Amino acid sequence: MSNTKITAWEKVEIARNPKRPTALDYIEQIFDEFIELHGDRAFKDDKAICCGLGKIGTQNFTIIAEQKGRSTKENIERNFGMPNPESYRKAIRFMKQAEKFKRPVITFVDTKGAYPGLGAEERGQGEAIAKSMFEMAKLKVPIIVVVIGEGSSGGALALGVGNKVFMLENAIYSILSPEGFSSILWKDSSRAKEAAEKMKLTAKDLYEFKVIDKIIKEPKVEEKEDFIKKVSKSIKKEITLCISEMNEKNSQEIVEERYQKFRNMGEYKIL
Amino acid sequence: MIHHLLVRILICRGKQRSPDSTKMVEMLFQQNTRQNGRPMVGPYRENNINTRRGDQWSPAQYKILVYNNRILKVRKMIVDKIKKREPSAKNKTSNIDIPVGKWIKCDKCKEIVYKDDVRENLSICPNCGHYFRMHINRRLKMILDEDTYKKFDINIDTNNPLEIEEYPKKLKALREKTGLQEAVACGTGKINGEEVVICVMDSGFMMGSMGVVVGEKITYAIEQAIALKLPLIIFCVSGGARMQEGIISLMQMAKTTAALTKLDEAGGLYISVLTDPTYGGVTASFASLGDIVLAEPGAMIGFAGQRVIEQTIGESLPEGFQTAEFLLEHGFIDKIVERKDLKETLYKLIQYHKGGSGNV
Repeated sequence: MSNTKITAWEKVEIARNPKRPTALDYIEQIFDEFIELHGDRAFKDDKAICCGLGKIGTQNFTIIAEQKGRSTKENIERNFGMPNPESYRKAIRFMKQAEKFKRPVITFVDTKGAYPGLGAEERGQGEAIAKSMFEMAKLKVPIIVVVIGEGSSGGALALGVGNKVFMLENAIYSILSPEGFSSILWKDSSRAKEAAEKMKLTAKDLYEFKVIDKIIKEPKVEEKEDFIKKVSKSIKKEITLCISEMNEKNSQEIVEERYQKFRNMGEYKIL
Repeated sequence: MIHHLLVRILICRGKQRSPDSTKMVEMLFQQNTRQNGRPMVGPYRENNINTRRGDQWSPAQYKILVYNNRILKVRKMIVDKIKKREPSAKNKTSNIDIPVGKWIKCDKCKEIVYKDDVRENLSICPNCGHYFRMHINRRLKMILDEDTYKKFDINIDTNNPLEIEEYPKKLKALREKTGLQEAVACGTGKINGEEVVICVMDSGFMMGSMGVVVGEKITYAIEQAIALKLPLIIFCVSGGARMQEGIISLMQMAKTTAALTKLDEAGGLYISVLTDPTYGGVTASFASLGDIVLAEPGAMIGFAGQRVIEQTIGESLPEGFQTAEFLLEHGFIDKIVERKDLKETLYKLIQYHKGGSGNV
């Protein structure tokens, strides 16, 4: 495919493009129905993460999605897709309900990172992310993660602990932004392009690292509407396939499979 | 002249604590007080003298204070001498021998303090009470009963997933400098006779950052705590996930967290102790997940770094933001414990959690 010629930096730009479809665009197409539900029952309804219920045929799902705005107004409302702790706590609430009512969980990852704000720190951003991963790691129902745009740092991983992790071809998934990486490593944020190449943040790199399980192909630059439809169709196909496989397994096997996947993250040398 | 002598005497302490030196000081002190016509005794702290480096000193501040036969204030002179020595090439003629590496500057009060004094004082500044960061070996010595530490037999190294050329070189240099293999040490040991699994991180090794080695060692320690049915104690200090290993470092957050779910299910006790500084991916994983979360006074703890937050919100941060005290107030840690009380507190807490099914 011609996409192989795209450099890592170009992928960063594609993933960040404000016109790139967001989680709700895909959700509308993938699921026959979507009912959004709100609030963390403790502080507020943070709109950077959308939670709700959806259906494909007769199969029910819990959907948890990091949602960037599609207009300036929406972006302000959704804090540019950068979750505050209450977003993660809302997500945890829906994960627990999914477990109780035996619905598989689908999460969509698309964020620049958890919001680095004063209030976010006051309300325990680190704790919220840690708890979200903790709940995901032991959840007794299948979790499928789809990285659709930018997956940056702990803010992304907080929804990333799944049995299967899919990633769109031009999405990125990294420890932090290339700008941050170059400023920490080389004390020069202007070398972001170089950093992007170095960081191994493309779907292909991550597949080789076994951090993700499948790359979902994207159509070439075409009409937006068509793009959403095509990509949604591919995601839907993967989800249904995966769920039918998972339905064969009992809850213990599902937890253990996920555990082993993350237990073995990262190779090392034995001295 | 007297000043010169005093400087020499004070320096003697660096080499040997000769009983003669204290006598001499006393003699000189008496002379001095007689000259000035007023006694100068009492602890230095009560005088509340501002000794910030570079401040103008009033004549009164040049006074020599003696307390318990020890000189407590001739620092100004020493500071000046040290200043003159940097760069040393300019001062070849100096005939005063000040042992380099025996003094350290306190980050908080900027005072230059004698290293051995700091060490004897649990790595706390004798002047302002600031907590210095501790080397793994010192921490283990402080927490565990003597000769009870048994390191886990896990010797691994990163295979440099991002193929960053300078990274292995940097690790090698750090290993030589610090005597540590990586930013964490883990093993078993005893706290007042109670056996525990203990992990201690070190800020001196790439700011305690978590790459695959740290992630794997912590995970291994958690698994050992489950297998051996022992309480787990982790002393956290970290800048976060290690940049140099990219996404692999990020995944260590999920790995350690997942392992903690197993410990939780097994009913084991996990006490997390946050020390200065604990940030980023470590805060957002195992550091925050203790059954009990303790912290040292004044430790800086947070998810995002202060500079990042300031840039994001476009204003400066309030005083005390992200300190242990701040976190306590906002409900994210159980207790702030002074260094001198840590061992005893850990011992007591372990006693209270014996009922768990994961304990022996």
